[in-house]
Amino acid sequence: MTAVPADTGSTGLRILQRPKATTGLWSWVTTTDHKKIGMMYFIATMFFFVVAGVEALLLRVQLAVPENDFLSPELYNQLYTMHGITMVFFVGIPLGATFFNYIMPLQIGARDVAFPRLNAFSFWVFCAAGIFMYSGIVLGGLPDGGWFNYAPLSTTVGPDVSGYTTGGGSGELAYQVHSGRMLLYSVGLQIAGIATLASAVNFIVTILNMRAPGMTLMRMPVFTWMTLIVAFLLLFALPVIGIALWQLMFEVRFGANFFNPAAGGDPILWEHMFWLFGHPEVYILVLPAFGIISEIIPTFSRKPIFGYTAMVFAGVAIGFLGWGVWAHHMFAAGMGPVANTAFGLTTMFIAVPTGVKIFNWVGTLWGGKVRLTSAMLFAIGAVAMFTIGGLSGVTHSVVPSNYQQTDSYYVVAHFHYVLFGGLVFGAIGGIYYWYPKVTGRLMNETWGKINFWTLLIGFNVTFGLMHFLGLWGMPRRIDTYYAGFGWEQLNLIITYGAFLIAASIALLLLNVVVSLRRGKLAGDDPWDARTVEWMTTSPPAHYNFAEIPQISARDELWHRKHAVSDSGDYVRVPAGGSGAIVVREVEDSDIHMPDPSVFPAMSAVGLPIMGWALFTSGNLMIVMLAVGSVITVGSLFAWAFEPSAEEGH
Amino acid sequence: MRAARRRWSAWTIVLGVPIAGCGVQELPQSALNPAGPVAQSQDQLWDLVFWIAVVVFVIVQALILIAVFRFRDKGGDEIPKQVAGNTRLELLWTIIPALILVGIAVPTVRTIFELAEDPGEEALDVRVVGKQYWWAFEYLGDEGQGVITANELHIPTDRPVALNMQSLSATQPDPGFDQEPQVGQPVSNGVIHSFWVPRLAGKQDVVPGHTRPLTIQADEPGTYPGQCAEFCGLSHARMRFEVIAHEPDEFEAWLASQTEPAEPATDALAAEGQELFESQTCINCHAIDGYESAAGGAAAEVRIGPNLTHFASRNKFAGGIFDVDDPEQLAAWLRNPQEVKPGSQMPNLGLSDEQIDALSAYLYTLE
Repeated sequence: MTAVPADTGSTGLRILQRPKATTGLWSWVTTTDHKKIGMMYFIATMFFFVVAGVEALLLRVQLAVPENDFLSPELYNQLYTMHGITMVFFVGIPLGATFFNYIMPLQIGARDVAFPRLNAFSFWVFCAAGIFMYSGIVLGGLPDGGWFNYAPLSTTVGPDVSGYTTGGGSGELAYQVHSGRMLLYSVGLQIAGIATLASAVNFIVTILNMRAPGMTLMRMPVFTWMTLIVAFLLLFALPVIGIALWQLMFEVRFGANFFNPAAGGDPILWEHMFWLFGHPEVYILVLPAFGIISEIIPTFSRKPIFGYTAMVFAGVAIGFLGWGVWAHHMFAAGMGPVANTAFGLTTMFIAVPTGVKIFNWVGTLWGGKVRLTSAMLFAIGAVAMFTIGGLSGVTHSVVPSNYQQTDSYYVVAHFHYVLFGGLVFGAIGGIYYWYPKVTGRLMNETWGKINFWTLLIGFNVTFGLMHFLGLWGMPRRIDTYYAGFGWEQLNLIITYGAFLIAASIALLLLNVVVSLRRGKLAGDDPWDARTVEWMTTSPPAHYNFAEIPQISARDELWHRKHAVSDSGDYVRVPAGGSGAIVVREVEDSDIHMPDPSVFPAMSAVGLPIMGWALFTSGNLMIVMLAVGSVITVGSLFAWAFEPSAEEGH
Repeated sequence: MRAARRRWSAWTIVLGVPIAGCGVQELPQSALNPAGPVAQSQDQLWDLVFWIAVVVFVIVQALILIAVFRFRDKGGDEIPKQVAGNTRLELLWTIIPALILVGIAVPTVRTIFELAEDPGEEALDVRVVGKQYWWAFEYLGDEGQGVITANELHIPTDRPVALNMQSLSATQPDPGFDQEPQVGQPVSNGVIHSFWVPRLAGKQDVVPGHTRPLTIQADEPGTYPGQCAEFCGLSHARMRFEVIAHEPDEFEAWLASQTEPAEPATDALAAEGQELFESQTCINCHAIDGYESAAGGAAAEVRIGPNLTHFASRNKFAGGIFDVDDPEQLAAWLRNPQEVKPGSQMPNLGLSDEQIDALSAYLYTLE
């Protein structure tokens, strides 16, 4: 290791010089700053949130009245499929990544994540996956087999055996259209999986290695703990779906027979592999929100989180148990009574650690001084709504009763209470909570409260009533229904509810944009918060902390703001007192930060090109595969040999 | 029926759902209104867990609201006591939910195994075939030999009905009940469907390459609607069916009537339709028992589309979405099946209005 080749950057390989832009578009493309990447994740996620939301509204318009012809079945199937895929893979997962990226390094007192360029790579690959997935709009249609994409509908058969949508007759053409859509699904999600897997590794290494001195694992904020658990879940879950997607790709494009019963395959194999990923995925989506809630509630109750240790280990327990429950998605698939019993019982008992979390949040509120800011309202709302989702989850674990509920609107209600009620409410709380840290300004609280109450009402009208529809026999994934089953009124009301949700989300986004300029200046610590990220400036300098804080307690900032009086009570330390925080200004050049790089973004460009190659054949396919792999592999090499911007670092 | 209504209006009060006219609304496909022992055992468990969930829900939401109102920040400088936890409380709210769950688990496991039991010798055996996008029901055993209905399953009351369900390709002939599809065996396979008659039983997926059993039973005569509950393609929403329960003797009579072959058409228009049935290739997919081919001899018993021997005796057709009694719906279907049921395997034969009239007239003779 002594003979490092000297300074290749400034002589031979000019192309490898680091970009220097600090403002403008180029600075965003080349950034390796976890905060900028976090903001880009936020923007991309909100974009996809709006897209998937509009898809949902179209579905609701179609279902507002029986036998509606607003959407054709073909379009309906694409929209409901893309609503699910987009919300799960392009909103849920990156919403977690948004908060992990921006907040987690600040919370542990780090200057950046462990692998800043890998972090940028994750973001750009995620964008590439989104573009690839939606390129179906111009490539013959979007995936239409549902986000669960069960074989053999997704493989050898296809939803449109008649060739109806391709003008009838030609089965060959229909199959080509079908296989194209399934390639978008399998390759698009594989690309997204690369992004997420890289993030997971990055977050794990960051949390394990880059905590500020004194921050032991059991002093980490609960949010950071949940980040760690989610990263591990991703690390183990993504390879499973990766293999399944690979098999699907081979089945569709190259005629493999993993899931084809006529050739010795089995459709149930796909179900198992999909849900072995798909259920941990639920916890991947919701645990970040649990982390966010666990930050907001203590701050606005002015109390530490109740039962920190139980909170952390409940999260870990959910992470573990989450691996043993996947087949509860398949109770009606005919696994037999023994398997159904086993998975029913594990599913029931995952309610125990989840209940612990809920009670501990209530315990945190109890005896505190509760300030009902918008962030707090959303956090409490998330606890209340998630409780409903958790309870309907327990009803699912009762297997014989589940035979009635599964694949009905009752399930749609259930998982929206978990994912909208838990994840979306929690994440919106997180937006209100950390917005001042990110932008230096507060969001409008009045709008925030309107946002909360309209969303709470719209949400419950929409998804609450779906419980009834499901129990009254309305199946999921139907593009229309007939009058006379007692479903008409509820469906109409639900559609109104969906539009109320849309209005409320529009208000949220407006608030985010308008407050950028009009919001009140926040200062470093507007909420009188408890954790380390509030110890630096708002917005933080690109190096995060002028001086890495020494951590001596959980809720480090709170302890710095308070001292123990003679009588044993906590008293507030006057501003400027001995324990107070001094945000020291430093010259930028004093702190070396990772240099920007263009190669993470560039390496992402090749991936969709290789994906699109599968739509072609012959020489064109070879050329596209070659171009894509040269771009990606070449960029990775350039990345590996890229020198620092400055000598001596 | 009355009990069921009362129960579910109790629901309305519990959950505070303000829907006008709910009490008188018909809910023919509701799982909360079970009409047989299988659905009842499933519903009993639901009742148990539902009420437990309601109690837990009320407790948690009340605690949240009390905490928020009672401990609201009313100004002042005092710092709330920095309580970090309470081991006894935390153990309590770990153990109590676990015990409640054990209480739910016991009847759950018992019912899982009860429902999986073989219904025994007395059961009526019916083979169910799911295709994109309709159901075929083949009545097995000595009593029902040869009877095949589409989208309409007739059963006797107070007797278990043992369904054995398979999924097959909509474009391939059904190899018949004596050929068990197995993984690895080259049979013509379909996609996954799910058989669901909420008032009689919960769902059972019908998975290609497997035979899936399900027992249903009805207490009272009546019509119990159901539909496919696993996404199966373009017309998944149009894959409906009905289970029609009869008193046992009426069921026997019905079954006997269904074993009768079709009579040749006598009416001139219907006779023309009968010829069209062959000349327009309908006969290549649809069997009519007793059909005398114009070319001589009985027509082949194909099993691609529905068996039409007793078409006019049914309530619904085309995946249970159209009324047999409605000649306009039948005409629209014959004119362009995919127009009214996207993705249907029935081809558009380009029939003229006259041909449609004749074919309809013939079909209506198939009582």
